Amino acid sequence: MDYIDPHIHMVSRITDDYETLARMGCVAISEPAFWAGFDRGSVDGFRDYFRQLTQVEPRRAAQYGIAHFTWLCINAKEAENVTLSREVIAMIPEFLDAPNVLGIGEIGLNKNTKNEATVFLEHLELAVTHRQSVLIHTPHLEDKYQGTRMILDMLCDDSRIDRGRVLVDHVEEHTIGPVLDAGFWAGMTLYPVTKCTPARAADMVEQFGSERLMVNSAGDWGPSKPTAVPDFIFEMRSRGHSESLIRKIVYENPLEFFRQSEHFDWQPRA
Amino acid sequence: MSADTPTLLDRQFLTMRAKLLELAADWDRLERGGELAGNDSRLEQLRDAVRVLLEESRPRAEKVQTIFSRRYDPSWRSAMNI
Ligand SMILES: [Zn+2]
Repeated sequence: MDYIDPHIHMVSRITDDYETLARMGCVAISEPAFWAGFDRGSVDGFRDYFRQLTQVEPRRAAQYGIAHFTWLCINAKEAENVTLSREVIAMIPEFLDAPNVLGIGEIGLNKNTKNEATVFLEHLELAVTHRQSVLIHTPHLEDKYQGTRMILDMLCDDSRIDRGRVLVDHVEEHTIGPVLDAGFWAGMTLYPVTKCTPARAADMVEQFGSERLMVNSAGDWGPSKPTAVPDFIFEMRSRGHSESLIRKIVYENPLEFFRQSEHFDWQPRA
Repeated sequence: MSADTPTLLDRQFLTMRAKLLELAADWDRLERGGELAGNDSRLEQLRDAVRVLLEESRPRAEKVQTIFSRRYDPSWRSAMNI
């Protein structure tokens, strides 16, 4: 089955992974800007990273017939440095016209601090000003519930935000309801130990339906599995779910969400 | 929708049994390591989570998540002055 992985960090993966993804049916991916495992020292570090995301990765992906899209921001972890964050936010518009940019992301919270919230709000301002879609990272483990609710508060307090153009990612059993109820898109990340298993993701589909819901691998430099979306497809099939339901979650929903971005003109293969 | 309960039980019994055994062995291993210096709230969280499994009401997964979550204060914006 053709599928799209809407959240994967390919700069951290080897080229062989592109080949494996292609063999598994992956036809397109979207790669949000994130934390590289260390804090970058200057705005130029981010400028180079954004060149990698907008120029290098699309070429690497294309070798395997995979369309590469991206999202730009300074991630929540480095957002603790407000001065650097403001420099990065001011620089982002240099890249917003690149053909593979879908919007601003993955912004969000990490430890739910005042600085993180300040930078999150300034990213939202950037997105509204430039009419960009938004991809949001919700915190890990014990910080997830509190951080997700704080993020929803900030989004819902701003009437300029089109909720249909916002994807709130890494939802789990205790956060998926509030995200979908408020009219946002929700992403389930398949990390067996710290986030969600394919079985629990399938459980959430059975309980919450398939509207505005996607799954992703969030494959990166840490423990993660870039082929996690095919694992979800396999789990759904083994439960007897229809191909059309599975396809909606792993293909049609990401397409519908991406199509709202100005540059997204990708044509599915015939 | 997913299968009915008898079918699911047939399919899942052995993996659920295995997960419980794994947890039981985890706890035994923790105890063999001796006493903890002071209280560690993580142990209490683990015990609370097991109690949720024994309750007869859904949604157990969501309840377990809540046990391992920090509290949300709806007035956080004024507390943080944001
Ligand atoms: Zn990510």
